[in-house]
Amino acid sequence: MSGGGAIMHAPAASPDKGEQAMDQAEAPLQGAAIIAAIKKAGVDYVLSVPDLHTSTGLLKPIAHDPDLKLIRVCKEDETLGIAAGLSYGDRRALILIQYTGFLYAMNAIRAMACEQSMPMCLMIGLLGKEPEKASRDSGRFGVRIIEPLLDVMGIAFHRIAQDADAGLIAPAIEAAYMQSKPVAFLIERRPVHA
Amino acid sequence: MIDRKQAWKRLAAHITNEIVVSTYSSASDWIAEIDRPLNYFAFGAMGLASSHGLGLALAHPERRVFVLDGDGSLLMNLGTLVTIGAVAPKNFTHIVARNDTYEANGGHPIPGRDAHFAGLAREAGIAKSHRIDTLESFEALIPTLLHEDGPIFVELIIQQGELSARSYKEMYRKERRAAFKQALQNG
Repeated sequence: MSGGGAIMHAPAASPDKGEQAMDQAEAPLQGAAIIAAIKKAGVDYVLSVPDLHTSTGLLKPIAHDPDLKLIRVCKEDETLGIAAGLSYGDRRALILIQYTGFLYAMNAIRAMACEQSMPMCLMIGLLGKEPEKASRDSGRFGVRIIEPLLDVMGIAFHRIAQDADAGLIAPAIEAAYMQSKPVAFLIERRPVHA
Repeated sequence: MIDRKQAWKRLAAHITNEIVVSTYSSASDWIAEIDRPLNYFAFGAMGLASSHGLGLALAHPERRVFVLDGDGSLLMNLGTLVTIGAVAPKNFTHIVARNDTYEANGGHPIPGRDAHFAGLAREAGIAKSHRIDTLESFEALIPTLLHEDGPIFVELIIQQGELSARSYKEMYRKERRAAFKQALQNG
């Protein structure tokens, strides 16, 4: 099982995960590939609190991209309300936050993504995740608990660790909006900006 | 001080095709006054009514969006004032009913009764911020709230009154959301 790939609900442990993690460590993750995927998915708005993990590779180019409207919010739970409102006008939004922000916004995610099954698309930066480890094995407690929390909340997620994984983004966002359900993308390594 | 039910009654008399987002006690008083498909109830996490309203205002620039909020709710999401001030949607009117209590949570006092919400909104970048403490002055302001470019913020000083009956289950049911979406599509 690769680091990116299929929607995951089951524990990610696999016999060769260490080897795969090493492969990921050597492969680049271009922010441009992720941004192209977001646009392909028809995303109009990016709602964000800055995250050091995605600052250079994603947020800065998004801020200068004329095809995307960036709304900078003060706290992550605002993004859930704004995205919900936008969805009633068929406007698609990507929520770009750090894993700490995901934890902060948990109550809003519980309500809107899980209980109300709104199309909430969460792109979550795993700041400090070690490239050679699966996130569930991270030495950082906050990183280690993200996948299990998504599992228990029933939120499908994709690991985004290299350029090839960006191909998972547009179909998943499309499905989220068509089926009115949440989805999460875990940015496992720091995207680079050419 | 103002009776919120009376304030909503005066506002409802002017409402046509506007989106009205409401929450908790403001919502239960509003729905008791005027139940219509273009009412949107800010479900889920307390404090986010104005965030829902901001998203709706951006998605529907052709419509005025009213947010009927409470002081306890706003305190849970004060940063929203800065976000709204920065985005500055022209079709956005945010009314905060203030009675210094968490009405929906047992009537306990908010942490600071000296807070000046209109002042906070103004300093957050919402220049058109008003503090209103009589029903007559609120009624006189309604045309402005409907037609003047926003964002507009109103701190409405209300008295503690009898709460309207409420059922969150009824407010948040899927049929209401579907009717809301249909009403938007109908134009």
